[in-house]
Amino acid sequence: MMWESWSAFWDMGGRGFFVWGSYGALLVAVVAELVSLRSTRKAALQSMQDTHDAL
Amino acid sequence: MARTEQQSNDKFAGRWFWRYASPAAFYPLAGKIENVCWVLACLLTLVGLYVGFFVAPTDATQGEVYRVIFIHVPAAWMAMVIYLAMAFWAGTGLVLGTRLSFMMSHALAPTGAIMAVVALWTGALWGRPTWGTYWVWDARITSTLILFFLYVGYMALAAAFDDKKKGDRASALIALVGAINVPIIYFSVKWWTTLHQGSSVRPGSSSMATTMLWAMLIMTFAFWAYCVAAAMHRLRTQIIERESGSAWLREAVK
Repeated sequence: MMWESWSAFWDMGGRGFFVWGSYGALLVAVVAELVSLRSTRKAALQSMQDTHDAL
Repeated sequence: MARTEQQSNDKFAGRWFWRYASPAAFYPLAGKIENVCWVLACLLTLVGLYVGFFVAPTDATQGEVYRVIFIHVPAAWMAMVIYLAMAFWAGTGLVLGTRLSFMMSHALAPTGAIMAVVALWTGALWGRPTWGTYWVWDARITSTLILFFLYVGYMALAAAFDDKKKGDRASALIALVGAINVPIIYFSVKWWTTLHQGSSVRPGSSSMATTMLWAMLIMTFAFWAYCVAAAMHRLRTQIIERESGSAWLREAVK
């Protein structure tokens, strides 16, 4: 273990804001993309089903 | 026109990849690629973060904040690579008229735009403690911002037409013209000596500690796998949207 403690890990040598602000933003971006992928797929399947039912 | 299409088909006849230009044939393959890539992305991220935070040492000059580069550099690379791939498929669609090519190109754009945002955001947060500023109109940063606007313009144009074919062609043009920006980003640190530093990774030699380099490379593969998975997922959604009348698709999504 290269960190003295977990609080030292989260502190990142006093640069925690910048390090976790970066990784946090990436996490938000990835989660947002996954949510959007799911909802777009759902909408596409739904509209395909609707067109099919209408026939 | 019909003649030329016939000729181009003849030229590729019998090649295995030509079969996969058909949405019906590529749909199941895209699903397999997607699943493999989600698994790879998860595993590589776990290994990459472990090496990046628990093996790679503190940087002698930058301290701990350098750990941002483990995501900053892969995101910036992917933003450029995805743009080139997007332009390639857009050009292929224009030349060969294959409908799957345009779908591939559309599927890549949102992920590329996200990668550009992540590169800019993480660069800003890294730059504040390291350079003393969140933002500067440096050549590389500015051209990466332009890359983001090209993605946005591409997506806006693709969605702007009721006739999807018109949107395909108009957006393909912006993708191709904008591709000139990618080599500008890549060489910007050599052509203009502004703030953004040169590359720390060069073929055959590197100015980084080995474990730091490993963390960055593993994260790069993780990003790569993630982007392929996201693009394949979006491609399949595109196929569902555009081929919703076909019988094979109703079978495939059951």
